[in-house]
Amino acid sequence: MTRKQRRLTMIGGALVVLAIAAALVLNALRDSIVFFTTPAVAAEKQIPPGKRFRLGGLVEQGSLTRGDNLAVSFKVTDGTATLPVTYKGILPDLFREGQGIISEGALDASGVFRADTVLAKHDENYMPKEVAEALKKQGHWKDDYGAKPGTAK
Amino acid sequence: MIAEAGHYALVLALGLAIIQSIVPMLGARWRDAGLMNVARSSALAQFLFVALSFGALTMLHVTSDFSVVNVFENSHSLKPLIYKFTGVWGNHEGSMLLWVLILALFGAMVAAFGNNLPLSLRANVLAVQAWIAAAFYLFILATSNPFLRIASPPIEGRDLNPILQDIGLAIHPPMLYLGYVGFSISFSFAVAALIEGRIDAAWARWVRPWTLMAWIFLTLGIAMGSYWAYYELGWGGWWFWDPVENASLMPWLSGTALLHSAVVMEKRNALKVWTILLAIITFSLSLLGTFLVRSGVLTSVHTFASDPSRGVFILLILCFFIGGSLALYAWRAPALRQGGLFAPISREGALVLNNLFLTTACVTVLVGTLYPLGLEVLTGDKISVGAPFFNLTFGPLFVPLLIAVPFGPLLAWKRGDLLGAAQRLFAAGVAALIVVALVWAWAKGGAALAPLAIGLAVFVIVGAAVELIERIGLLRVPFRTAMHRAIGLPRSNWGTAFAHAGLGVALIGIVCETTWNSERIASLKQNDIVTVADYSVKLESLIQRQGPNYREQIAQFVVSRDGQQVGAMSPSKRNFATRGMSTTEAALLTRGASQLYISLGEAGADGAIAVRIYYKPLVLLIWLGPMLMAFGGLLSLSDRRLRVGAPKPAKASRDLQPAE
Repeated sequence: MTRKQRRLTMIGGALVVLAIAAALVLNALRDSIVFFTTPAVAAEKQIPPGKRFRLGGLVEQGSLTRGDNLAVSFKVTDGTATLPVTYKGILPDLFREGQGIISEGALDASGVFRADTVLAKHDENYMPKEVAEALKKQGHWKDDYGAKPGTAK
Repeated sequence: MIAEAGHYALVLALGLAIIQSIVPMLGARWRDAGLMNVARSSALAQFLFVALSFGALTMLHVTSDFSVVNVFENSHSLKPLIYKFTGVWGNHEGSMLLWVLILALFGAMVAAFGNNLPLSLRANVLAVQAWIAAAFYLFILATSNPFLRIASPPIEGRDLNPILQDIGLAIHPPMLYLGYVGFSISFSFAVAALIEGRIDAAWARWVRPWTLMAWIFLTLGIAMGSYWAYYELGWGGWWFWDPVENASLMPWLSGTALLHSAVVMEKRNALKVWTILLAIITFSLSLLGTFLVRSGVLTSVHTFASDPSRGVFILLILCFFIGGSLALYAWRAPALRQGGLFAPISREGALVLNNLFLTTACVTVLVGTLYPLGLEVLTGDKISVGAPFFNLTFGPLFVPLLIAVPFGPLLAWKRGDLLGAAQRLFAAGVAALIVVALVWAWAKGGAALAPLAIGLAVFVIVGAAVELIERIGLLRVPFRTAMHRAIGLPRSNWGTAFAHAGLGVALIGIVCETTWNSERIASLKQNDIVTVADYSVKLESLIQRQGPNYREQIAQFVVSRDGQQVGAMSPSKRNFATRGMSTTEAALLTRGASQLYISLGEAGADGAIAVRIYYKPLVLLIWLGPMLMAFGGLLSLSDRRLRVGAPKPAKASRDLQPAE
């Protein structure tokens, strides 16, 4: 093989791998990303049952009920709308009424959000960042969360 | 007084860094040995002052001086002493100070041990190192000064985030930073080579030990962090494809590629331009990681100390160094002469393949990590890219790489014999197939991918052993001779084998844990029994206890198997009054390489407590693999070739020969 042929083999091989990677990435981005919404946005967008998304907001005061076998249900609110959520399992350490949470799951036919993950991720302000921003956008969050670079605000 | 001294020492370090970033470079230009030697002394002095500054902050934390904001916000007089030490870097300001301390440490090490480097190269390397240092000193002094005072000092501090009050904080961040920041040396070498416009095999030989050292620390740091998250967060997860984790994985991937391409450059004088680019990219990814973690632009489960307002400053540093170095690369790299020819099927070819897959995998991780950020800026939509994305992209790219791993070391330089290598790997292939069949039969069908993946792992492990056996001629020559050869075998060969085998070991752990992990969540009362994968777990009692700065509820379990008691476990839930936070302390019971894992949930009104019990088969292999890799790296680092120090290039280098 000449130098040129060798180089072409290498470049060709590299391009093939890159093309495969690009195809994989595009395919995965189509199927496996999850959008974040709040109850108000979820109502507005009319998300079909079964489509996975992340729901963020505050746990409504007095809405938490515990059932048998670690089943829990509560309501998530963003001040404008509320959405009932059910979950089975252990809630995170920082889960409390009135506190911001993010849960992942999908709506069922009756419009209840069935969560399979509940996160009470928090910073020093005990508030998930997405939730704080969404609430702020709707005017329900007074405390200044701090300017964040690189985001549309 | 101590705070002011620490602050002052940091300002002095900045001054020294500025001198170090200009004077040696001018010296290299004017070929003035005196000016070039300034680099050495200023790098050592700089380290001294940063160390003083760091020491001052440590002192403030240990003595609980709450008149300093940083101490007030992150410490408490009742906090155990070890966490008063580790709390120094358990917050934004302190962790940045640790970052520059390690940066200065590496600079000082080049200054102290780089006597065999050509004078001008050393001067340039240290000057580039000082640019980075100066930028970060400025960042700390301008936006994150750890020595700020409070006008009216409070009596008590606000305590460290309870999740961080763990021995993991003592080890993980320093390890990770040694890795991250260690790559700054390869970066400085690359930029210095571009400035000098000269690069040869000797350059690769100087860079390799530094890269290897950073890589070892990064490998251990990532593994340690993963284990820490596993037992501390209480979910039993060890990798979440979280932005912060990805931020450490990306430099690891490109750093691994760099290690391999530097081998080609050292042995065959080829792939020079590519190696330089990789060195730049690897450190750029480290900077990107620092930015992602420190700025808080991405939400993560591991970020405890982030402040968005500082993001802009780091972003500027990021743009300056990445943009600047890439521009320099675009300008100077075409002038570098290309070396050694090789056929696609050869050791070089295999290493190119390795680089191709590692960098591509790295790009997919980068896309997955930054895509949510980009989309949010462009459309305002908030999305999360989770494990499914990475499993679909990263996974498929790693499969061909793993298949190729055993072939690489068996191919000859320049022109290899693929058929010959395949024949020698016959045993490994057979072993892999047998294991696939056995696992398949044991799991009675089930997940089809798991046995195949385990087979692949076995292929990698046995392949690594085959390489060693081939080299020492075991089974071909008398046993004694083979043993003699084994002792005489360069340590770097042993290193390669261990590192590659470690990859296979980790893969087995990952596959077993994800496929056959069993989980039980239940609400238990005293004397209740649950069964998880052959183990029956009985709740004996619930007790309350007072810790130094928390109250904890401990649940005592007795674990038995086939009627025989095998151990006791006592997970707890701690409540930290100062912050009003509680943490879950999981209990682990190790059985071979497998573990039982119990973490507690909230206690109900009826005296029952929610518990999560996992049985995780062979989970420890996930971390044993990286440890083997790091051990391989260490063996390679102790290789005579690297230990003795890089031989001088053909032309005299110690005197003031100008760069060609």
